[in-house]
Amino acid sequence: MTSLPESAALPSPAVEFHDITAAYRTQPVLWDIDLVIPTGQLVAIVGPNGAGKSTLLKVALGLVRPLTGWVEIFGEPFETRRSWVGYVPQRESVDWDFPTSALDVVTMGLYGQLGWLKRPGRREHERALACLDRVGIADLARRQISQLSGGQQQRVFLARALAQDSRLYMMDEPFAGVDATTERAILELLQELRSLGRTVIAVHHDLQTVGEYFDHVVLLNLRLVAAGPIASAFTHENLTRTYGGRLTALTQATEALLRSRVPPSESIRGPERR
Amino acid sequence: MLELATRNVVLGASLLGIVGGALGCFALLRRQSLLGDAIAHAALPGVCLAYLITGNKGPESLLAGALIAGVIGALLIVGVVRMSRIKEDTAIGIVLSVFFGGGIVLLTYIQKLPWGNQSGLDKFLFGQAASLMSSDVQVMAGLGGTALLVCILFFKELKLLAFDREFAASMGLPVRSLELLLTVLLVVVVVVGLQTVGVVLIVATLITPAAAARQWTERLSLMLVVAAAIGGLSGAVGAAISAAVPRMPTGPVIVLCASSVLVLSILAAPQRGLLHAHLAERRAGRRIREENLLRDLYLWGERRGGDWSHAVSRPVLMGSRGLQARHIAQLGRRLAGRGLVEAGTDGLVLTEAGNRFAKRVVRKHRLWESYLARRLELPSDHVHRDADVMEHVLSDDAVEWIDRLLGHPRLDPHGRPIPEAEPT
Amino acid sequence: MNPTLVILIVGSMVAVSCAVVGTFLVLRREALMGDAISHAVLPGIAGAFLISGSRDPFVMVLGAGALGLITVLLVEMFNRTGRLKQDASIGVVFPALFSLGVILISRYATQVDLDLDCVLYGEIAYAPWDILSLGGRTIGPKALWVNGAILGLNLALLAAFYKELKLTTFDTGLAATLGFAPTVIHYGLMTAVSVTVVGAFESVGAILVVAMLVVPPATAYLLTDRLSWMLLIACATSVVAAIGGYALARWLDASIAGAIAIVAGAEFTVAFLASPRHGLCSRWSRQGRARNALAERLLLLHLGQEGESESIVGLERRFSWSGRRVTRIIGRLDRRGLVRRQEDQLSLTPAGLALLRDGGDDALWHRGAARTDG
Repeated sequence: MTSLPESAALPSPAVEFHDITAAYRTQPVLWDIDLVIPTGQLVAIVGPNGAGKSTLLKVALGLVRPLTGWVEIFGEPFETRRSWVGYVPQRESVDWDFPTSALDVVTMGLYGQLGWLKRPGRREHERALACLDRVGIADLARRQISQLSGGQQQRVFLARALAQDSRLYMMDEPFAGVDATTERAILELLQELRSLGRTVIAVHHDLQTVGEYFDHVVLLNLRLVAAGPIASAFTHENLTRTYGGRLTALTQATEALLRSRVPPSESIRGPERR
Repeated sequence: MLELATRNVVLGASLLGIVGGALGCFALLRRQSLLGDAIAHAALPGVCLAYLITGNKGPESLLAGALIAGVIGALLIVGVVRMSRIKEDTAIGIVLSVFFGGGIVLLTYIQKLPWGNQSGLDKFLFGQAASLMSSDVQVMAGLGGTALLVCILFFKELKLLAFDREFAASMGLPVRSLELLLTVLLVVVVVVGLQTVGVVLIVATLITPAAAARQWTERLSLMLVVAAAIGGLSGAVGAAISAAVPRMPTGPVIVLCASSVLVLSILAAPQRGLLHAHLAERRAGRRIREENLLRDLYLWGERRGGDWSHAVSRPVLMGSRGLQARHIAQLGRRLAGRGLVEAGTDGLVLTEAGNRFAKRVVRKHRLWESYLARRLELPSDHVHRDADVMEHVLSDDAVEWIDRLLGHPRLDPHGRPIPEAEPT
Repeated sequence: MNPTLVILIVGSMVAVSCAVVGTFLVLRREALMGDAISHAVLPGIAGAFLISGSRDPFVMVLGAGALGLITVLLVEMFNRTGRLKQDASIGVVFPALFSLGVILISRYATQVDLDLDCVLYGEIAYAPWDILSLGGRTIGPKALWVNGAILGLNLALLAAFYKELKLTTFDTGLAATLGFAPTVIHYGLMTAVSVTVVGAFESVGAILVVAMLVVPPATAYLLTDRLSWMLLIACATSVVAAIGGYALARWLDASIAGAIAIVAGAEFTVAFLASPRHGLCSRWSRQGRARNALAERLLLLHLGQEGESESIVGLERRFSWSGRRVTRIIGRLDRRGLVRRQEDQLSLTPAGLALLRDGGDDALWHRGAARTDG
């Protein structure tokens, strides 16, 4: 079992969702979600399209106001914990033809700490550069962002979240549409974050890699289907309940593969807190 | 007298250009180019109502009316889009035309009032730069300067808002208030521009300089400066031309100046300019043809059992790539100039340097073929076409990486030898 | 002919012409192309006037049609370079063309009868007095003939290409695979817009043409989901706007064109607020009902899970609802006899329990869902 340097000082779970129901206009997208995300783990949110995965993140980030319920981040309401949370939006959510450089985008992660009216100076740029270095693209710092590949753009977003220096990271499909090298780099970064005791919650689409990349899984389809360590929650039965008839033979095969490859003891890191 | 009037016009127009250019950048990047147009049209009834209510034509009250009406119009657009199925373009069209219609009704109504004659309000329609007075310019400078200052103070936040609204919100920035602030700033520009270029053309003072500036830089702060410069210059030059040439309305001349700069920028800007892109494409095409010719020469020598001393005739070279005689002649001349081939009467022959160069090209081609065949398990008859393209774009580092990855293969999938890497 | 009648007929003709092409502009999200074209045809009109030296409507329509197409081409050219986005392309093209028109007119056409004011906000009130003569015989007001011809053209095109327009508007990709040539339809529509705009020019002016093009179709869009109905409603509301606008203008002694835009705007406002399906009021009440249904269901489920009673304060905390909200929800459930309130405690009645138990979960769910759809 790995030691969690910071989690000792943080007895509470990373995120607690209490009775969250959220609706988009008249359509419910999250239904009565009670969920505890343990600290210091890599957590995947998995579910079919339109299952409310992104909405769950946005509720936790205070971007979507739920109809009922409340969220606690490390035992406190989101507003008082805002600076503890970093966010990686979907890559498609911004216009990459924006006139700015990779370094500049990463520096934006520091705006929150910088406060109003102050400009980012050399110190901020050095910190941003260090973050770019951690995702392995420090050499592209001056590059205009449209001239980066999809994978590099995703790394810029991750570096920006790193710059926020948060204890909890919410990532909306960090692995979507990236090349194999980037996927490896992101994975290494996630593992590094975990070793520092940080918590990462990521919306994830690729069922094949859930067991390999993450410690903890949240299966979501409007309601919470299951949540827990991979070994106990990422089962065929739960997947079928999540995806209904849409679960293909491919994912069943994946699951078989996964069971043979990942010994349960390795997939559980630290005691599960509930 | 004339001197002073001209000075006012030039000052006012360049002021408008500077403020409009800088703030237009945000409108452009947030894809709200036509919001300024709607705001300008929406301001007209505000001007008329302010006159009806206060009965005074001082710039302060009229501009205050325009400001209020402009903000209301902008908020209505947002509200209609958010609260109904109407899309943004339609909402802009509705607010623009209905507010303007209201303005025209008020205008005609005022003109027929006994005390409303010669109200001079219609100068807001097309602008009447010539009628600008020092007091007007002072008001414009005050408003525009404030807008610029606010824009500079909140530059960091506005930039984040324009680039990634959701991230800004997750950080706790008050995005709604910032959006309102940006709208109010746009309205201020519109109000500043009403008297100079008029309702219809204000959108150009916002968008055209910003669009031109975007072509020259990849940094937002610099883009703002360049747009302000282009706007200010177009304003000054346009106002001067219009003062010098009779029957040359100021607003349209300013717009045409800015538009010319835009066309020039799209054509000739470094990096983003179309000319640059075209030239780069031509250079790449030429390089590909040259490399292909060198490779062909190498292959002929290889077929002769590694004897590259014989010239390959031009018709033979033409045949292998479907090139015309003049292409071969042109390519041959250029390669000869670089000392890679010798062009004789009976054809082309590789020089020592040319041979080394061609070897590198062939090596890239064959390694890439091997890579495709090995890694992707493509059948060998499928790999040649891809390699034809890749050999020209693979960097030397990438080639050596592939070589290592494949364990330094000796033969390509077709069984031909892969030339060794040589020091260049 | 009675002048008032002429004005009303011309106004209605313009209204219907604009409503027909405008419906497709609104549906294709190209409302602002209508705005752009209505400004950009100015140099076409000025050029046609300068070259031919007359105000022959046919030449004007030709010049304007050409400029309309040039506008569309220029906007698309800027788009295709990838250097400007669609909205920016529109925003830079039409002011430039409009400026060119204004300069042409003020340089070369000041002495003659081509007045900027007239072009910009038109004067339909002059329509009855501008008589067209053919071979020395007067054949009635010119505006009547010109706009009649344009209306006829638009209606004929609509009838001929209704299917194609419908398909290319709703599914460009499918239309292309079926061989309907969306590009041709697109340019055809834009040409029709240009021609319509010119016809409307003298009556309502360049900017208020946008009101006729966009506002009645937008009103109709809020009132129906079917294209055929949308066309009809757009035509009807625009004719009402034309007639009502005339009355308003007479009453205020002000610009007829402006008043038409105001009435069109008022019609839109009414539809925006009160449309039975897409209006703000029904939207809000529907959303409120759906939210209430969701809340009621959550509360029932929660009580069901708890098994026993739960304190009202506990409910407030649990759902993070205000006390008033909880009281309202409990009140509604109480009236339906599903919950029982004793002092500070809330519990399910047998009826509530039964509703939950016999498949109630999904039954309730569907009821909620059905409400949200309605």
